Amino acid sequence: MDQIIQLAYLLAAISFILGLKFLSSPETAAHGMLLSQGGMFIAIVATLLYNGVVSYGLILGGIVVGSAVGAIMATKLQMTDMPQMVALLNGFGGLASALVAGAEFFRSQANLTPYPMVTIALTLLIGLVTLTGSLVAFAKLQELMRGAPIIFPFQHGMNLLFFLATLGLIASLAITPTATPVFWALIVIASILGVLVVIPIGGGDMPVVISLLNSYSGMAAAASGFILNNNVLIISGSLVGSAGIILSQLMCKAMNRSLTNVLFAGFGQVNTPSKPVSSQGKPQGTPEEVQSCSPEEAAAFFKKAKSVIIVPGYGMAVAQAQHSVKELASYLGDQGTDVRYAIHPVAGRMPGHMNVLLAEANVPYDQLIDMDEINEDFPETDITLVIGANDVVNPAADTDPDSPIYGMPILHVDQSKRVMVLKRSMKPGFAGIQNPLFFKKNTMMIFGDAKGTIDQIANALK
Amino acid sequence: MLIFSITLFVLATFLGYELISKVPPLLHTPLMSGANAISGITIVGAILAAGSGESNLSAILGFLAVIFATINLVGGFMVTRRMLLMFKKQK
Repeated sequence: MDQIIQLAYLLAAISFILGLKFLSSPETAAHGMLLSQGGMFIAIVATLLYNGVVSYGLILGGIVVGSAVGAIMATKLQMTDMPQMVALLNGFGGLASALVAGAEFFRSQANLTPYPMVTIALTLLIGLVTLTGSLVAFAKLQELMRGAPIIFPFQHGMNLLFFLATLGLIASLAITPTATPVFWALIVIASILGVLVVIPIGGGDMPVVISLLNSYSGMAAAASGFILNNNVLIISGSLVGSAGIILSQLMCKAMNRSLTNVLFAGFGQVNTPSKPVSSQGKPQGTPEEVQSCSPEEAAAFFKKAKSVIIVPGYGMAVAQAQHSVKELASYLGDQGTDVRYAIHPVAGRMPGHMNVLLAEANVPYDQLIDMDEINEDFPETDITLVIGANDVVNPAADTDPDSPIYGMPILHVDQSKRVMVLKRSMKPGFAGIQNPLFFKKNTMMIFGDAKGTIDQIANALK
Repeated sequence: MLIFSITLFVLATFLGYELISKVPPLLHTPLMSGANAISGITIVGAILAAGSGESNLSAILGFLAVIFATINLVGGFMVTRRMLLMFKKQK
């Protein structure tokens, strides 16, 4: 029987590998995930047949409750809230692994040797950091707390202290596993550590944080595999762990910053939006200094445009404007205008955020073009429409060595014949950096709510 | 046993790195939620803990682990499917 269970686990691991492999194309992705679901089912059934499993009440109860909650969350979810959902699911994954570690600790406390004790403690540490870190990320994304970095004196020293404390507690447990109070202390310290590592990271850096927490949740699962000597846990956990690492690397690259800088620098804090305004004597970049136009005037330009590139940013998600954008694009398509979308890797609050929102609005995915591919097309483009994006189209990243975002790869929208920027006000973006794009001769600002503005332009084109 | 586990861990990490490097940015969000669902495999450990019929605290922790692992995998797979079905080509 044991052999059969191991074989079932192997099947499950293969199904996960194929599921991830099929994600390399949007045409095969959905099938791949179905395969992974099948693998998961096989793994669960095989585990239920294991002879160490003798009582089924708690298991079935847990599965019923968990399925109901998971299904409700997944069905009720608004696509714009996807970053929060991913953050929460990461957290739950971490918590599940931590609970497995806890259960194992109390089950075999009396005869624990150092090796299993250390694996238990490490799983607990990674799992709890994932949990509380994800909860903070969730709170920031859900705007239950301010998105701005929370910085205080001696923060790094304190984080280091907490981290060393967890290592000390783990070492102490390895020597005396029977010391239950030490175990509880580890739970408390690890939970606080998770909060501490995420609060100094600003809202705009959330794509990195979410990717990283995703990786941690995988690592926690892999660590629990070390406790139980369970291969499928180790394999699947490491697959997920590496997924998160790759995504965090890509996100950092797209911001031209190192992971260390994202995690520890408190980016966006030094340049709070109020500072550049007050220190200059007079407010910088008031609407009077830029050219602005009304939605109707904008529509007149759109009527003559042969090619349009739309650049979505987090502002589009906030305004829930994706459906209006798609409608505008359809009218443009009807009059023969070529419409495409330029997607910056860190536009939005998580990797791929903009793609999902536009796909939800039925934008065909072959119109969603990655930064590197579309950047050379801007000079031949009649109108580039920037919707709620700021730092990712800031030419200062190319030209101003003093700018905090200098060197960050950007979409070269300023090279197109005409740029229209939809923006609520002249307030700078999350990083508090002024954007010279707004003051360029070929740029027109259209102030107001993104959704309302786009609806008005679309109406005028009907 | 430990060395075998570490071998698996390292090889699977490399494999994951190769596989995931090929996922286009278009699908990065479904990748995250899908990977998330896969990390719900912790349910295997949770079932072993909840079904052992042993000491009470351990079984309760196992029960809670089953709940959260199930939320993770059911929620993760469903939301991934919802997203993937939205990605369509131009007609």
